[in-house]
Amino acid sequence: MDARNFTYMFYGFLAAWMILVAYLVSLVARERRIRAQMDGLKRMLDQREQT
Amino acid sequence: MREKILYVLAAAAALLLARNLHGILLRLPDEAAQGAIYRIIFFHVPAWFTCFTAFLVAGAASAWYLWRRNARCDALAVSAVEVGLVFTTVGLATGMIWARIIWGIWWTWDPRLTWALVTWLIYGGYLMLRRAIDDPDTRAKNSAVLGIFAFTSVVITYKAIDWWRTQHPAAVLSFRTGGGTIDAAMESMFYWNWLAMLLVAAILVMIRMRQEEVGREIDALRRRAHAL
Repeated sequence: MDARNFTYMFYGFLAAWMILVAYLVSLVARERRIRAQMDGLKRMLDQREQT
Repeated sequence: MREKILYVLAAAAALLLARNLHGILLRLPDEAAQGAIYRIIFFHVPAWFTCFTAFLVAGAASAWYLWRRNARCDALAVSAVEVGLVFTTVGLATGMIWARIIWGIWWTWDPRLTWALVTWLIYGGYLMLRRAIDDPDTRAKNSAVLGIFAFTSVVITYKAIDWWRTQHPAAVLSFRTGGGTIDAAMESMFYWNWLAMLLVAAILVMIRMRQEEVGREIDALRRRAHAL
């Protein structure tokens, strides 16, 4: 492979993957947050319905 | 079932991406003038095709929502917009890095680049609009209207290189030029990597859609909690 500008090609590939990985990480964080919200609400409703 | 589909899609995407990366780095011929940097184009162009596809899906889902008022269509629309915006960012970032070497500048206000940025801003605005409206039905209806009209920006971005004289390179793919403008192996790699990115996008949309549906359940539970 012609190695001219290889560093910037690497930066380009890295940028593409980093953006996708950052989004995936944000999706995982959001998943945890909404699961916690769901569990909290269900617990609260159960308690209210019992009282 | 949904989990199994996700795993199958993820395995297929991983295999295809590994195959494509091997091809991009080791099998494809060199470009005479640009050196290694031209290989960025195999992520740049498929990323744009993927975001255009995602925005098309979002537009169709928005139209379907306005017709049928189906909440799943709204979930699909917002998921496709969000994932499309991620791929738009990939397209912009890879394009800027390529431009830094080939043009000597990170950015220029050329019609193609400007409309690409406008598209990014419009779909970013779509997501901001959704955050600004609390009522789920009003939010879905207003964002569906925006989701349909926003697609005009995608069309303008796509056609900008035909409509105006731009610094951005002209079309090279044979379905736009009639052929003879790009090596066949290079052209086929565009499509293979587009397929790989579509698989990644489909996985992300499925995960995001599930979150949107759980979000609706949370809204319903909140309303029930207030009623008690």
